[in-house]
Amino acid sequence: MFESISAVTNSAGYILGGVGVTLLLVGLSLFIGFICGIVLTLGQVYGPALVRRFVGVYVWFFRGLPNIVLLFLFYFALFPFMGFDMPAFGVAVTVLGLRSAAYQSQIFRGAIQSLSDGQMLAARSLGMTRWQAIRSIILPQSLRLSLPGWSNEYPVLLTDSSVAYVIGVAELLTRTSQVISRTGEPMILYLTCAVIFILLNYGGMMIIQYVEKKVRIPGFGNNEAECL
Amino acid sequence: MDNLTSTPVPSDGPIGFFQSMLDSIISQIPFWQDILLPALWDGLWVTMQLVIMTAPLGFLLGLLVAVSRVYGPAPVKWLAQLYVIFFRGCPLLVLLFILYFGLPSIGIVLGSFMSALVGFILCNSAYNSEYLRGALQSIKRGQLLAARSLGMTKAQGVLYVVVPQALRRALPGVSNEFIYLIKYSSLAYVVAVIELTGAAKIIASKYFMYFEAFAAVGIFYLVLVTITTFGVTWLEKKYAIPGVSGAAVKTEKGK
Amino acid sequence: MSDVPILKVENLCKSYGDLEVLKSVSFEVRKGEKKVFVGPSGTGKSTLLRCINQLTAPDSGFVYLNGEEIVHSGKKINAYRQKMGMVFQNFNLFDHLTAVRNVELALLKVKKMDRKSAREKAMYELEQVGMADRADFYPAQLSGGQAQRVSIARALAMDPEVMLFDEPTSALDPELKREVMEVMRTLAAQGMTCIVVTHEMKFATSFATEIYLMEKGEIVEHGPPSEIPTSPNFVKTRAFMGSYADE
Ligand SMILES: Nc1ncnc2c1ncn2[C@@H]1O[C@H](COP(=O)(O)OP(=O)(O)OP(=O)(O)O)[C@@H](O)[C@H]1O
Ligand SMILES: [Mg+2]
Repeated sequence: MFESISAVTNSAGYILGGVGVTLLLVGLSLFIGFICGIVLTLGQVYGPALVRRFVGVYVWFFRGLPNIVLLFLFYFALFPFMGFDMPAFGVAVTVLGLRSAAYQSQIFRGAIQSLSDGQMLAARSLGMTRWQAIRSIILPQSLRLSLPGWSNEYPVLLTDSSVAYVIGVAELLTRTSQVISRTGEPMILYLTCAVIFILLNYGGMMIIQYVEKKVRIPGFGNNEAECL
Repeated sequence: MDNLTSTPVPSDGPIGFFQSMLDSIISQIPFWQDILLPALWDGLWVTMQLVIMTAPLGFLLGLLVAVSRVYGPAPVKWLAQLYVIFFRGCPLLVLLFILYFGLPSIGIVLGSFMSALVGFILCNSAYNSEYLRGALQSIKRGQLLAARSLGMTKAQGVLYVVVPQALRRALPGVSNEFIYLIKYSSLAYVVAVIELTGAAKIIASKYFMYFEAFAAVGIFYLVLVTITTFGVTWLEKKYAIPGVSGAAVKTEKGK
Repeated sequence: MSDVPILKVENLCKSYGDLEVLKSVSFEVRKGEKKVFVGPSGTGKSTLLRCINQLTAPDSGFVYLNGEEIVHSGKKINAYRQKMGMVFQNFNLFDHLTAVRNVELALLKVKKMDRKSAREKAMYELEQVGMADRADFYPAQLSGGQAQRVSIARALAMDPEVMLFDEPTSALDPELKREVMEVMRTLAAQGMTCIVVTHEMKFATSFATEIYLMEKGEIVEHGPPSEIPTSPNFVKTRAFMGSYADE
């Protein structure tokens, strides 16, 4: 028993360092997913037919494949084939980010489509260009409407990030496994790892809920958009 | 990586290039036919077993957890809640490691396939329970009251009146979870189950055919997921009750 | 004085598939005039207004603003639209912005005014419609009549030369209709040129300099408000217009 406790405490620093890597991985992927997701959505909603088709295929591809297959595909095949010498962490961020973009774009598209046509019409009637209307009317509104969907994206990415283990990214799970292979105690250490993930999960959710409350607008989002 | 050396630049223009590509494809046919595809078919069979065994058990367990959370007495409620927090918050991969590497250290040995199956059921049920709970809570109180007024017990009312209505409402979420399950079943590879992904990885590293193996397994998954998505959408339409699910009204306007 | 009308519409046509919504509509508006369009539902009145400021592209025909053709004006249309304020039946206030920010947004983004003068201008317009005290309210916190007054202020802030009103009061309760009509009357008294689509006959006769009767995509009759309500054409169509309020 004493051995197990000291095993945990001795390696605590190393494992906790993995928390940093995990959070960085999740944060960067969320960010890439957000930016690419917006671009995809705008392409899908406002773009010409060819762009819409491309976005459709992109979303189908990234939502149809398991993370692990995507990671293998990019790490062992695509990047080497294209001549990129990308470290495992970079591959993981790319894959998780591009995949998240597919999901985020669909959350976002739903929000844009739920806005009434009148918002765009009113903006254009004031002399705004299409792009101005998208930037100052459509995006701010649909971003707010997307928040509930997005608060889902964080826990999904957090739990998915552990899959980066298979290509050896030194995140929380990988480090836990490394420590276990030195000191044993798989049960205690993996449970600890699980608990850390759960804390990160619910801690993050609390922050997101706080932000959601902060950017709330009275009467916006919780009632159906009027479309007479 | 060694493309330049392995594919000599053809001297006689585009036709020669095409010819050499064709040659290299033809030279690969035996590899696909005799090695890669048979391995993937075997893997597909294991993947299907995992998915088909997990889905009903994960659903029933999820329903049990959901009903406990909504209608159970306080301690049961908390327990169910803890269950959901743990199995939703814990990455599936970590859960699989706990089952496969952790449990033996306290004397429980499940083996590869069993670890994967148990892990999937626990995780799948936790996610399903959330959809089902939402659906149960969305059924108006009046439904249960009406059932009670007819002389049903609370359990009867829940079972015969509330649950059937809730199931239809939870269908989109649950079927979505089924599609996720197909994709997440690939994690079984990590606990040494040779399903689709495992089969591909083994062939890829054995023959140094990474691109071919992962492209092929990718196509398997895409086909599997696409067919299932169509099937699920068809099911949802078939069992939709007019005016019940949100999917009923179509208001898409042409641009 | 000037011979050029502010707005001239020439042979405007628009179809949706097989449905001919506008069949060669023509008319002119001079400075200070108030043209009111009445007619049964679905005869293309809203479509006409939208074809005027190009929110809907007409199939053929021309629209001249101060003598300049605007149907084929490409990117310049955004400049022309500023001169034609539009008020919608269901307000279309920007739901994520407070009243005052609704009014100042286009001043900042389109007119590129600085923050201070945009805010001053927005507050001035809100005062004009009696909404200054609700400046920091969000659309969902306003009554229908208040929301419509803000949307009028929003259009006025662009200093338009002509205002297009598409049934500005038909989504409102009678009490709230009156406050919006009051704002429109004040505006008219200040000399604003207006094109109004409405179902309120009493308001139409007291407000208009000329009334146009539309039916099935065509102007079937037009004339001063003293004549139209008693014309045989109007009396005939009126039977199909249950919603026309005498008030
Ligand atoms: N975007 C569109 N696509 C297809 N048909 C349309 C579209 N917009 C309008 N229409 C059709 O054009 C016709 C005229 O519509 P419009 O809205 O201009 O009528 P209206 O005179 O304003 O009626 P109301 O008094 O009810 O507002 C209607 O039959 C309508 O269904
Ligand atoms: Mg109309």
